[in-house]
Amino acid sequence: MSKRHPLFMPLIFVGGLIFGFGLGFSHMARPEVVLNFLQFEDFGLLFVMGGAAVVSGIAFALVPRLFDRAPLTGDTYGRRLKSFDRNVLIGGAIFGVGWGLSGICPGAAYASLGVGNVTILWALAGMFVGAYIQGYWRSHRTASETSATGAD
Amino acid sequence: MVTELFAPALYETLFPVGISRYAVGGLLVGLGAVVIYLGTGIPAGASTFLESTLSYVSDQPRFQQYVSSRDWRVIFTLGIIAGAAVYALTFQSGLVSSGLYEPGTTGELYEVGGITLWLTEVQPWRLFLGGILVGIGTRIGKGCTSGHGVCGVGSASKTSIVGVITFLIVAIGTAQVVMALGVSP
Repeated sequence: MSKRHPLFMPLIFVGGLIFGFGLGFSHMARPEVVLNFLQFEDFGLLFVMGGAAVVSGIAFALVPRLFDRAPLTGDTYGRRLKSFDRNVLIGGAIFGVGWGLSGICPGAAYASLGVGNVTILWALAGMFVGAYIQGYWRSHRTASETSATGAD
Repeated sequence: MVTELFAPALYETLFPVGISRYAVGGLLVGLGAVVIYLGTGIPAGASTFLESTLSYVSDQPRFQQYVSSRDWRVIFTLGIIAGAAVYALTFQSGLVSSGLYEPGTTGELYEVGGITLWLTEVQPWRLFLGGILVGIGTRIGKGCTSGHGVCGVGSASKTSIVGVITFLIVAIGTAQVVMALGVSP
């Protein structure tokens, strides 16, 4: 690995700090509040997603025009664009079932630990198990298919 | 004037605890992502941490692509935990209050050393089983609520917008069915 800028890790930490504080403040770290949204009892979650997307939308639109390269990595500023295929729908649907059942998503689960919710370790353990299952499955599928196609 | 006629009741129904804590929290979530983006050019998401951290303990080829980013993803996650802890220390504990912050009544509060902490009442089997599906789904679907929902939608990525609409609709359907089956909390 190449040497990183000394401020790289501190900046990542500060970004995570603000991110996690926001998840706590907005009560997204509480599965009950997410479930209240999904059950149409409190639509506040729309303002969390909307507020976050507005801020990031402004930054993703303006920053690449104002600056050439990121100061801590020297990388150019790109947008977060991922290719579309049926995995987006299949994975999105599986995630949807899990999110609807538990009321928790990855970022909110980390934050939930921070607000003292040790019970969320059940969800975190489940997420690691799930990520491992798909990784194991895809690693082996890719291995058996390498002669055919270079799958993602 | 129209708002004064019918909106209060409607607003009260849609947003029983108001919108300020949600909007302020959301702006901060976005700001956290932007701070990282500004400094590094990285559009960060939370769910890659699951796979990148597995690369420390597993040789599965799938996880090896994340070896180069796994250290900072651990720091990002520790930052998220610490940020939420700062919230617990301040607003959740009542040390700081604001007209923009509504405490809420969900779950169960407990105290450790003068800090008010919070516990969910959602049953562990829901968290564990839901967690497994979240772990599988976010990784196959190329992102979660932060990667697709915050950075992807912020990038006006059609893939992310479709991803978000997919998981929102399915999650609403799932939660409604679970509620109809009488599972609570």
